[in-house]
Amino acid sequence: MDLSAINPILLVAAMIAAATPILLAAIGELVVERAGVLNLGVEGMMITGAVCGFIITVNTGSPTVGFIAAAIGGAVLSLLFAFLTQVALANQVASGLALTLFGLGLSALMGQSYVGIKPPRTESTPLGSLADIPVIGPIVFGHDLIVYLGLAIVAATWATLKFTRAGLVLRAVGENHDAAHALGYKVKRIRTLAIMFGGACAGLGGAYISLIRVPQWTEGMTAGVGWIALALVVFASWKPWRVLLGAYLFGGITQLQLNLQGAGVAIPVEYLAMSPYIVTIIVLVILSADKSRAPGSLGRTFHASG
Amino acid sequence: MTDLLALRGLTKAYPGVIANDDVSLSIAPGEIHALLGENGAGKSTLVKMIYGLVKPDAGKMEMNGAGFAPTDPRAARAAGVGMVFQHFSLFDALSVAENIALGMETPPPMRTLAARIEEVSQTYGLPLSPDRTVGDLSAGERQRVEIIRCLLQDPKLLIMDEPTSVLTPQEVDILFKTLRKLSAEGTAILYISHKLEEIRALCDTATILRGGKVVGDCVPRDTSAREMAELMVGSTLATPKSAAHATGEVILSVTNLSVASPSAFGMALKDISFAVQAGEVLGIGGVAGNGQDELLAVLSGELPSAPGMVTFEGRDLAGIGPEARRGLGVLSAPEERLGHAAAPNMSLTENAMLTGAAREGLSARGLLNWPKTRAFATRIISEFDVRTPGPENAARSLSGGNLQKFVIGREVLQKPEVLVVNQPTWGVDAAAAAAIRQALLDLAAGGTAVVVISQDLDELMEISDRFAALNEGRLSDPRPTQGLDVEQIGLMLGGAHGIEVAHV
Amino acid sequence: MSRNLFDKQSGAGANPLGMAVLSPALWLALLFVQLEKRPQPSKAMAYATPVLAVVLTMIFGGVLFAVLGKDPLQAITTIFWEPIFGEFAFFYRPQLLIKGAPLVLIAIGLALGFKAGIWNIGAEGQYIVGAICGAGAGLAFYPAESVLIFPLMVLAGALGGWAWAMIPGLLKVKFGTNEILVSLMLVYVAEQLLASMSLGLLKNPEGFGFPGSRNLQQYPSAHNAEIITGTGMHWGVVAALIAVIFAYVLLTRHSLGFAIRVTGEAPRAAKFGGVNPGRLVLFCLGISGLLAGLAGMFEVSGPSGQISIDFNVGYGFTAIIVAFLGRLNPLGIVAAGLLMALTYIGGDIAQSQLGLPAAAIQVFQGMLLFFLLALDVLTNYRVRFGKGETA
Repeated sequence: MDLSAINPILLVAAMIAAATPILLAAIGELVVERAGVLNLGVEGMMITGAVCGFIITVNTGSPTVGFIAAAIGGAVLSLLFAFLTQVALANQVASGLALTLFGLGLSALMGQSYVGIKPPRTESTPLGSLADIPVIGPIVFGHDLIVYLGLAIVAATWATLKFTRAGLVLRAVGENHDAAHALGYKVKRIRTLAIMFGGACAGLGGAYISLIRVPQWTEGMTAGVGWIALALVVFASWKPWRVLLGAYLFGGITQLQLNLQGAGVAIPVEYLAMSPYIVTIIVLVILSADKSRAPGSLGRTFHASG
Repeated sequence: MTDLLALRGLTKAYPGVIANDDVSLSIAPGEIHALLGENGAGKSTLVKMIYGLVKPDAGKMEMNGAGFAPTDPRAARAAGVGMVFQHFSLFDALSVAENIALGMETPPPMRTLAARIEEVSQTYGLPLSPDRTVGDLSAGERQRVEIIRCLLQDPKLLIMDEPTSVLTPQEVDILFKTLRKLSAEGTAILYISHKLEEIRALCDTATILRGGKVVGDCVPRDTSAREMAELMVGSTLATPKSAAHATGEVILSVTNLSVASPSAFGMALKDISFAVQAGEVLGIGGVAGNGQDELLAVLSGELPSAPGMVTFEGRDLAGIGPEARRGLGVLSAPEERLGHAAAPNMSLTENAMLTGAAREGLSARGLLNWPKTRAFATRIISEFDVRTPGPENAARSLSGGNLQKFVIGREVLQKPEVLVVNQPTWGVDAAAAAAIRQALLDLAAGGTAVVVISQDLDELMEISDRFAALNEGRLSDPRPTQGLDVEQIGLMLGGAHGIEVAHV
Repeated sequence: MSRNLFDKQSGAGANPLGMAVLSPALWLALLFVQLEKRPQPSKAMAYATPVLAVVLTMIFGGVLFAVLGKDPLQAITTIFWEPIFGEFAFFYRPQLLIKGAPLVLIAIGLALGFKAGIWNIGAEGQYIVGAICGAGAGLAFYPAESVLIFPLMVLAGALGGWAWAMIPGLLKVKFGTNEILVSLMLVYVAEQLLASMSLGLLKNPEGFGFPGSRNLQQYPSAHNAEIITGTGMHWGVVAALIAVIFAYVLLTRHSLGFAIRVTGEAPRAAKFGGVNPGRLVLFCLGISGLLAGLAGMFEVSGPSGQISIDFNVGYGFTAIIVAFLGRLNPLGIVAAGLLMALTYIGGDIAQSQLGLPAAAIQVFQGMLLFFLLALDVLTNYRVRFGKGETA
């Protein structure tokens, strides 16, 4: 065992990168849940985004186009969920599960001839020489654009929910859909848009895994990150900045256990690999006492009568 | 004077029912126009059409002589129509100002809006702080949020759907002053109610609906309540008859009961004590949301309370769940029919099983006896005149009144020792309400201790022997109903002291 | 291997095909449709929708196969006809029971929970732990022979699955933790546990260093052999049948089943009726874990034979589809389980004969669940054609 092989600065930088897929998926799901919809299909949308982004990047050579395709792929898949829950009024839990099962199969099908291929590298350090500053450089400035995009989405989500009318309407729809309907707001339309936003974010997060974190395509490679993102929304009490905090916590644990595996700690690899999931459970237990912050209409089906 | 709003031949049909059939009426600026009718008469559908929530199948609406066909509530608001809903369309977790902003087309920035809310609330005597979370407000305050939301848009027509059903007499008085002031300023008001005395006190004209049709117009001040009632109901009603109540031993007693509410915006019960005797009807009045649901949940056994707080025939009920309480003879019927007292998608037979299993012997060692349950359901249906094709029909297919008769009947037929009911006639047509009240009185006459929680004071005065008021989770001392007048009740309900109570 | 649409050289690989075909059509339909709540659920529709969903899945599945460059008719017959009536049916028919039994066994347990609104989606994990415990109990006695070993393994498997499911159950009751997330997280934990077991504790000492346990098929006392040779009828099938009967009686005749149904329909009404929600959560999660554990145990001691890293093949997740396809009804689940087993077997045949990718079957199964959920609306709502109403 050689713990000194772990460079703390690189570790923190890597934690931030490890947190990004969870962060993207979770902030998207946060918006969906604030609109009153529980979409358990995050994992399915992530993996679809991962494969879409991968295929397009390989074929066009441009990671930027790939990430855009990932967002579109996730959003298009989420439309299926929107159809089931907003139009066919299907149970949201069942529909979310269906979306995950379908997304896993679809992505495996789409990606079968891409296994083992290396994608073009995504440009890192867009902030150039700032990344050379000791300590702060690698941690703050040494990342790729998607990391900053994730942070920007968190900030934008926070500001939109708190200060804008669109955010107020979204919260209102999530809080009490009947009242929002009575005031003339298009509940289903607003929810569908929120679901698509969630899908796009999950798609981006998935592509981050297949294009930057790994980078490679393998079946089922998101390995539960989508589910952890769902747990994170609960952990964050539906607040954007706490999602960021939680994502860094989970990203940190994921990265730390990987580094410990690398350093050859005397704990079997399997037990280290379990740790992010076990930590998720523990955190859920600690935080599930307070559900008062949950949007009032979360998970309930809306149908205008009369 | 030209009409502000004219409705001509409005018709709206739903599968199996014509909600509005060729309805015409007109409202002049500044007029307070009552829309009177029983539950199910078509009042709600009519105002939903005016407010753009429902599109008429046939007929025309005119606003100031021009065609008016709002496609959604925004269009209606833009045309100067404001509406205060019966079940408030408010968002508990949002602040007063945010709630109001949601009801406006182009709300000003929050700070300006807050100032305007303060201004309007002072002008119309409706005190309200813009920063408070709506979930923490009382029913009266919540209604003010809705009214101010409408007033900020300078409506030409204000629709009020059963506005007084959730108010204390003092709050009703404040509301009427506000409405009269608005009327004097030229705002027309369409006032929906089934409370005749209120309409006589407030309204200039009235249109009476029955079965979706206009059955009459009148000037309420010149028309007796009796005449209006007969128009509204279409027949004369029997008022419940109470046998002399020979009250006996104390059966149920509640002592220093305090519990926290299980829901985020619920009301905790604080130090409640009362006792009910065999053969007595105890009426508990007060506006919904003041601990009514919690009190019922404690008595039914859904909400646990500490030892010694609730006793039945001297036996401590702490730790005894709903099913075991039924076995002892303590039965209850909650307010919410669909989803609480009954499972909407399940058949009446299955709903009979829901509470009848223990007392009616519908299950033995866990095995269910469906034929016997069906017979029990059929008995409820026939004895309580529940209108349904049969016990295999889903609970949700019944009208409100019929389902309520089923729910009350289900408990009454089990011959309880104690029966606790919450809002037994809420949203129920007059005939069904009368039948339910009679059933409760008959039950008490047979020696059952009956607790009726209701916000309908007339109902409580009619059937209860003693009356107590539940306000902010506290219960006043029960007092004999005989000799109580509206002023005293108002004070018991926690109305502001010293305010002259409108005798409505 | 023939090239398909997603082949990277074809350039059309970006097409998220399933949705590209489905979504716009579905959304377009909305413009002309509105829903009206039925006064009560339609019984006819409740029976018709699963059949309709299967038919629609066959049609759209056919489109999918066509897009993949396969003859859709041939693919569909290969999947649905070949295993039962084809030349080698004598070989495939027993497979129907072998693959159907774990699906039915797990789905029965899940359905009880789903009916009550208790979402155990971690059956895959409970299946794994059941297998580990069952196999572990048997291997502990190796090479002793006794008739008591197999019953002991059954008990251990059931207990293992039950205990694994009690984790989300207890956490939900004690702390209000979401059982969906916890049970799912525990699948990943169980998979790691499986890896650790096949590499460590349960590794075959005579296995030349390969991961995986001893083969229980070669250990008579622990072997879940066919009861009637050549039928695929093993003890897991018997257990599945018992579970079906048990669940049927429970749901229709017993107060606990009634409690489950009321809780799912109206939780407040159930509480008012006297149901203890916590106890119900523990019962539903416990029984579904127990059945999933049994399924894992019968699988590891029979058809699969050994604990290995890739022992689990997703029965726990497919059983979710089975439960819904069977409308959460025990008898329906039997039919749905057999149908789903058929798609597995037929999918294998199509894979070897037509080169149909394995993932295509997964998509096919996912599609089935989608159509089922979408069509379910017809049970409770009437569809009227015409432009939707305001708002």
